[in-house]
Amino acid sequence: MATEEMEQLVRREYKEGFVTDIESDTLPPGLNEDTIAFISKKKGEPEWMLEWRLDAYRQWLKMEEPSWAHLDYPPIDYQAISYYSAPKRPEDGPQSLDEVDPKLLETYEKLGIPLHERAALAGVAVDAVFDSVSVTTTFKENLAEAGVIFCSISEAVRDYPELIKQYLGTVVPVADNYFAALNSAVFTDGSFVFVPKGVKCPMELSTYFRINAANTGQFERTLIVCESGAEVSYLEGCTAPMRDENQLHAAVVELVALDDAYIKYSTVQNWYPGDEDGKGGIYNFVTKRGDCRGDRSRISWTQVETGSAITWKYPSCVLRGKDSIGEFYSVAVTNGRQQADTGTKMIHIGEGTRSYIVAKGISAGRSDQSYRGMVKIGPRAKGARNFTQCDSLLIGDQCGAHTFPYQEIGNSTATIEHEATTSKIGDDQLFYCQSRGISEEDAVSMIVNGFCKDVFQELPMEFAVEAEALLSVTLEGAVG
Amino acid sequence: MSDTATFLETLKARSQARGAEPTWMAARRQAGAARFDALGFPTRRDEEWKYTDVRAIAQGNFALADDADFSPAKAATLTLPLDAHRLTFVDGIFASALSDLEGLPQGVQLAPLSRALADNHEAVGGPLGRLTGVEFSPFSALNMAFVEEGAVIRIAPGTVVEKPLILQFLSRAQEQAVMAHPRVLIEAGSRSEATVIEHFCGEREARNFTNVASEVILERGAILSHYKLQEAPQGDFHIASIHVEQARDSRYTSYNLNLGGALVRNDLISDLNGQGAETHFYGLFFGQDRQHVDNHTKVNHNAPLTFSNENYKGILDDRAVGVFNGRVYVKKDSQKIEGFQSNQNLLLSDRAQINAKPELEIYADDVKCSHGTTTGQLDAEAIYALRTRGIDEATARGLLTLAFAGEVLEEVALDAIAERVELAVAGKLPERFNLAGLVETASALHD
Repeated sequence: MATEEMEQLVRREYKEGFVTDIESDTLPPGLNEDTIAFISKKKGEPEWMLEWRLDAYRQWLKMEEPSWAHLDYPPIDYQAISYYSAPKRPEDGPQSLDEVDPKLLETYEKLGIPLHERAALAGVAVDAVFDSVSVTTTFKENLAEAGVIFCSISEAVRDYPELIKQYLGTVVPVADNYFAALNSAVFTDGSFVFVPKGVKCPMELSTYFRINAANTGQFERTLIVCESGAEVSYLEGCTAPMRDENQLHAAVVELVALDDAYIKYSTVQNWYPGDEDGKGGIYNFVTKRGDCRGDRSRISWTQVETGSAITWKYPSCVLRGKDSIGEFYSVAVTNGRQQADTGTKMIHIGEGTRSYIVAKGISAGRSDQSYRGMVKIGPRAKGARNFTQCDSLLIGDQCGAHTFPYQEIGNSTATIEHEATTSKIGDDQLFYCQSRGISEEDAVSMIVNGFCKDVFQELPMEFAVEAEALLSVTLEGAVG
Repeated sequence: MSDTATFLETLKARSQARGAEPTWMAARRQAGAARFDALGFPTRRDEEWKYTDVRAIAQGNFALADDADFSPAKAATLTLPLDAHRLTFVDGIFASALSDLEGLPQGVQLAPLSRALADNHEAVGGPLGRLTGVEFSPFSALNMAFVEEGAVIRIAPGTVVEKPLILQFLSRAQEQAVMAHPRVLIEAGSRSEATVIEHFCGEREARNFTNVASEVILERGAILSHYKLQEAPQGDFHIASIHVEQARDSRYTSYNLNLGGALVRNDLISDLNGQGAETHFYGLFFGQDRQHVDNHTKVNHNAPLTFSNENYKGILDDRAVGVFNGRVYVKKDSQKIEGFQSNQNLLLSDRAQINAKPELEIYADDVKCSHGTTTGQLDAEAIYALRTRGIDEATARGLLTLAFAGEVLEEVALDAIAERVELAVAGKLPERFNLAGLVETASALHD
């Protein structure tokens, strides 16, 4: 059969089989081609985008869920998940801070989150939050002036189809892995950032994003493109605990850096880790990859991971351009029954490429944590350089900390160094602090923060302060 | 015919030809065959074999040798010049004429597996396959299915064995390639002390397949130095596993020195089961041409207050591929552990490749564990420093490469072996390392 006919047949199938009421706001659980058509239609997407999604879905059907990670969780029923629900209307949320769970507010207090942001984070109807709308507008004007495009991925598909066609799926192909394929089929939220040639984004996109963080979704798709000489710093997530009813999260983030471009991507993730037995926590399966396409380009990942019951996440860099640089700074904290399998991949392809990895893992309670990383040096990556340091800190005798670094080196001019240590907080260190009148809990928090310093200093300043506070909150009750 | 079927066919023919044997042996053999049949040869999709492709073995046609003829003159040139007790095997078959069992001290048993089985099969049946069972890998299953020969070493409690015990495995160059599946059982009684050397070598043109499994038991307070000197012919396929079980206060030291073989895979595992047990792994591998050398090591800290230290070095030239996978595992509640691991690799050519994976898997908090791995080339500043002292660049490279290997070789307690390996590495280095003169002088000194 000719390809054309085939395509027509395929297209007809879902048109005829389309039964779901387009007007409804939430899809019943289940995943099939109709679901995807529904999402695509709801988002007002062009035909090619739908095709792209369906292609991903069909490939996903043929794939197997990966089982190599050092994680233990019950099988996920992908047909029991609802893949679309319209954003909450303002009147559904709490109308003022008085209606918000006092425990949540207490945590905000501990984290030192500015008063005016607390309401937004707690999901208080936006109209009730002072000023945030006008703040947003100002930001938007500033960005537009600089020529930076910053919008939701759905808007981008409609308004900048050429850019999306050019870049979407080029870093993380639709069938890259099981969760990326699922995301490609059903993604509904996420952001698009485009920084044109030579432009340094006038503000850290974090500042803007924070206000809007309340509506982060289950299947986010983020695409950031920096043209030659452009620069941007982007922060996703938030130190504040996020209330979220969706258990499965499968995000995809793609970064593209052309010649001399610099993208700094920071993540603070503090989703619900589940109760004491680990029940009900978020499963976070994320594919993040940056492509240093241009010469002398640089991509830097910084992450502070404290939430989620299951974390499966490996922000990576493909160092294609000559003399390009990839960086990965990570602090992962697990407590209770949390499990995290996280790390990075640095793929050195171009000459003179450099990568730098600092990963700090802290396990407490009955949690289990693994660093899994890969450094690959291709035959053409002359003079490539990598330094990796991954340290684990164990708090309590019921937790686990593991390191699985892969090194594949195919070039004699490369220099690769890897160091890893595992230890606990020394009794002598604690004694020293306590003899100076510092409480045990404060001492632990101080030592842990010192342990993480190399990573925190990479965070935008206000987040670094909060991240330190966040660490203490997460480890509360882990000692003593 | 599938790859597995060829081997199973050979196995069937052999079983029919074989005489009666103990029921336990027949049962284990069958379990091995069934397991191998079920698993087939590992592929690169198996995590344990991610970087090692064994198709060359799977698709090979290997017969089983039926004699142990080997020219004594030739054997003499291959044999380690050490005053030792020695068992020699030719293509897996015991060669009585090339062995030296005279004057074995009291309390030491050194016998070919076949003889030990004939003497007292029940005593062999206990340990055989207990540590390296058919579950371990398709090759261990294959070994169990085929095993007929090997060595049994038993050292009575409190015995200190002065001379090393050498197991020499010779590989012959013949028209028909052969395979051997030896099994080595070592039982070191409490507070005994001994040195065992497994030495693999052979005729230059050989293209055989050796699949050896060693099981080592150290009772309380036993001290064992275990050398593996692998100088197999460059066409040989070499798959080996050493599984060690250590009781309280025992000390095991492994020297894993690999120079030969076309495709080499070593698995070294130590179970530290009693408090105060310690294990030391020293390894050196040198690969050139298209050699593939894969070293997998695993230390299991199953008891508190145990210690491990590991240092592996690799030198790779031409299109050689090296693999290092080291794992330190600390069981829950195994507190007060120290586990150190270091792996350094030197790439001498643009096409050489190394895949390193040092792993830590830790379930206890009061531990001190670390690993470090580096890969790189010779330090340009060190070369410069030597040149300013009037040494030409090629010699400087050679000396620095030897110095790199020397960091492992200086740990080797038997000087004769350390020197032999050092000379072998120097001799193998290509001309751009210009050590020919030095090697000649050193060899002359020896003669």
